[in-house]
Amino acid sequence: MNTAKLEFFRGTLDVLILKALVWGPLHGYAITNLIRCQSDDALLLEEGTLYPALWRLENKGLLDAEWGLSENNRKAKFYRLTAAGRRQLRHQVKTWEAYAAAVAKVLAATQPPLPEEIA
Amino acid sequence: MTPTPIWRRYARILGPDPAADVKDELSFHLQAKIDDLVTQGWSPDAARHEAERQFGDLRAVQQIGVRIGEKMERRKRLQDYWTDSVQDVRYTFRTLRRDPGFAAISILILALAIGANIAVFSVVNTLLLRPLPFTDSRQLVWIAPRPTACGLSCATYSADAFEEFREQSRVYQGVTGYMAFTTPDNMRLTGRGEPEPATSFEVIGDFFQVLGVRPAMGRLFTQDESRGQHPIALLSNAYWRRQFISDPAIIGKAVELNGTPITIVGVLPDSFDFGAVFSPGAKVDLFTPLDLNLERDWGNIVTLIGRLKPGVTVAQAFDDSNRVAPNIYFNVKYPQTLGRYKGDLIPVSLKDYATGKLRRSLIALWCAVGAILLIAGVNLSNLLLARAVARAKEFAVRGALGASRGRIVRQLLMESLVLSSAGAALGLGLAIMLIMWLAHQGSVALPLLSSLRVDGQALGWTVLIAVFTATIFGLLPGLRIASGNLQEMLKDSGPGAGLGRKHERVRAALVIFEVALACVLLVSAGLLLRSFVKVLDVDLGFQPDRSASIKVDYDDSAPTEEARQAKRGEIFQQIIARLSALPGVEAAGISDYLPLGPNREWDTPVPKGKIFSPGELPDPLVYVITPGFIRALGIHMHGRDFTWADGPHSERVVLINASAARVYWPGEDAVGKILMRDKEEDRVVGVVGDVHEETVEGGTGSQIYYPAMQQGPSGAQLVIRTSLPPATLAASVLHALRELNPKQPSAEFRPIQTIVDRAVSPRRFFMLLVAAFAGLGLLLAALGIYGVISYSVTQQAQAIGIRMALGASVGHVQRQVLAGTLRLALAGMVLGTLVALAVARLISSLLFATSSWDLPTYLGMALALLLVAAISGFIPARRASGVNPMEVLRSN
Repeated sequence: MNTAKLEFFRGTLDVLILKALVWGPLHGYAITNLIRCQSDDALLLEEGTLYPALWRLENKGLLDAEWGLSENNRKAKFYRLTAAGRRQLRHQVKTWEAYAAAVAKVLAATQPPLPEEIA
Repeated sequence: MTPTPIWRRYARILGPDPAADVKDELSFHLQAKIDDLVTQGWSPDAARHEAERQFGDLRAVQQIGVRIGEKMERRKRLQDYWTDSVQDVRYTFRTLRRDPGFAAISILILALAIGANIAVFSVVNTLLLRPLPFTDSRQLVWIAPRPTACGLSCATYSADAFEEFREQSRVYQGVTGYMAFTTPDNMRLTGRGEPEPATSFEVIGDFFQVLGVRPAMGRLFTQDESRGQHPIALLSNAYWRRQFISDPAIIGKAVELNGTPITIVGVLPDSFDFGAVFSPGAKVDLFTPLDLNLERDWGNIVTLIGRLKPGVTVAQAFDDSNRVAPNIYFNVKYPQTLGRYKGDLIPVSLKDYATGKLRRSLIALWCAVGAILLIAGVNLSNLLLARAVARAKEFAVRGALGASRGRIVRQLLMESLVLSSAGAALGLGLAIMLIMWLAHQGSVALPLLSSLRVDGQALGWTVLIAVFTATIFGLLPGLRIASGNLQEMLKDSGPGAGLGRKHERVRAALVIFEVALACVLLVSAGLLLRSFVKVLDVDLGFQPDRSASIKVDYDDSAPTEEARQAKRGEIFQQIIARLSALPGVEAAGISDYLPLGPNREWDTPVPKGKIFSPGELPDPLVYVITPGFIRALGIHMHGRDFTWADGPHSERVVLINASAARVYWPGEDAVGKILMRDKEEDRVVGVVGDVHEETVEGGTGSQIYYPAMQQGPSGAQLVIRTSLPPATLAASVLHALRELNPKQPSAEFRPIQTIVDRAVSPRRFFMLLVAAFAGLGLLLAALGIYGVISYSVTQQAQAIGIRMALGASVGHVQRQVLAGTLRLALAGMVLGTLVALAVARLISSLLFATSSWDLPTYLGMALALLLVAAISGFIPARRASGVNPMEVLRSN
């Protein structure tokens, strides 16, 4: 599988961003790096989609933004989880796990369902 | 993350810039990427290229960022504004609490002004703006000739004309009507304990269907029930509740009306108020179907009401009427009556018919309350301005601490908004009470009065005027403060400071303006008051005081007309003899109609031996009376009254009024002359004074009186002239009537004065309201004058003290302050008089026998204003003369 072209399912990016910020405020570039490292280079964020997602989350009040200095003393915009963001993350993790489990179950099936179960 | 660096705090000193923020953020991202790539061994150029490639469409992302950023910025601004406003409100409450006297007075002033506005708006809305309470009421038209002197008889149509019109017209979905000549308490409800009087209207079968009224219970009449006798009735909702205690099983039950059993077929909805639209001030208890066949030979009796087809205009209906009119008979039995209604079938919208006459009065009233609102606003503006000067230092300090001028103006506006909202809330309460009281004024003959209420629209109006007032009275002081120089304010602004002077000029101008407005109100109210007094002074032709009437029931059924006349004569003679014997009764008599009621006409009498062209002679108003009535009502007369000897077999006699005598025998004495009615000869035995027939304000036409022993009256109103207050006589009169006739219902013993009062009630109503508003305006103007003078005395205390120390007498100081006051008042009065002259011309159609240049009114206004101004100036003047020179000098 070509990892660069791994498509994100709808809403996946949001939950990944929220998760990335659990350990503290980060700027956008650091978020891409963090996700790449933690997925062992399997998930490569398309950078063009990251920022709109960040702004959307900020607009919804799930993230707070503040300007600060980066490690190499450049001014950068840092994002931080708000209380609402934390709640949203907990909720989405649950949804995501349930969703993944269901998908896995279907894909792992070894025989067709009984006819009366479909009807 | 490090704390926000110092440069960042000022990076957006010129305001937020979402576009720059997005650009900064994205360029940081690219730079970081390039750095990483360079560390991995890329050349700088290749690294930049690769970073941009990996990022994708940079510009698109930027655009999204700017859009989201702007949205957030807008929201933040709104939030900031909200927090600021909450702060302002809190601050306002704190300042107002510090000065409760000021707050109380301003809120009271505003409550009175806004309350008056809401109440008048509700009246205007109900009577003028809101459609009538019928489905698609705009389609409804009232069809009548142009209003003329002859009243209802000329506003109605014969049964034949009604039917022909309905057949031939093409623009109506339905044409209906009701019997116009109905008197209050024309029925007697019996068989349920004591006989009770009731008012019944006869309507054409489809009357309610055409109006679009659905029954609350049971059914309506049908078209066919207008032909032949149908002993059925519909109850008005109020009567059903009152008389039948909301009996849910009333449908199908029989009641006895005038001794005949009648079946109740339905109950009308509460929302339908016949009197409110068609007969203001009247209460209607039940409706019966009008038997057109029975009424065919009775002349003009039916009113016409039509419902236009959808899309048809009143103008089109008018054209159609003109087409139909020449083909309509007055009575199909007489071909010569064809085309008698030519030009006399004019449709006007029912709404205009019901309330059109009031339009001018209502608009005048509306303007009056508008003026009150302006005066109140100006007053408040003045109070706030005075306060603002006193608070100049407070604002200067706030300004020095960083509050922008906009913020200070906003703060002042917020204060006025809080004040006007409080005033509006209180005013709404006042208005609701006033409206509830008005809605229950059954004695005021205004249409739709009972449906008055403060509704959603009135609430909307309240909010509108509250905001409007807050703006007009809050903006001026705000702007004046904001335009001032902060530093100058911070310095001790003593009495000579330029700012104070400027303020005083503005305040003086405001006072002159409000005195002028009050002046206009006073003149208008004065003119209306003079008109009202003139109306009360009108010689009605009878003396209403000390007379009272009661509806009398009698049974004159007999086989022949002559026998009926004889029997009736006996009954009436008995009643009058019995009642004349009561202590306190000076005279008693019976008539079938009372003055100032609906009228009626019979055939046109012609003086014997004279030839007149058709239409030249008037159709006189007809009364059928007994001996004694003329004296009981206090009508002047010359010749002789009827006597009981004028019976069915003696010579036919009549009385005519002076107007009729002038027309029939100009320059001659009418007594003894003969009037011809077809073949019948009537000898004029007396000439009586003109009695106002329909309105107090209208003129009088010809009137003719027939004796009840020779003609058929349509009921009996017993009139008694008494030397005692009528109320004390009521019980013994009813008792006497009951002795003679056990079926006599317990009708009301009504002073004739109440009939007159009712007739002048709309004028009284408007006059009282305008006078109340003028009084309010005067009070507010007085407050304004007092405020300004009192303030300037405070400001000039030092100067006054010095003058007194230099030898000015107490009287001198007082005179000077009073002179200042009167100068203001005079300036306002000159301005006001000029405006009042113009306004008086506008309301001249509301006046009665009063010129719009009426000198006494203007003089009275001037006197009242000067007096009030003098009083409001005198109090500060006294204070000024009480200034202790030593204290003033020492304090500075």
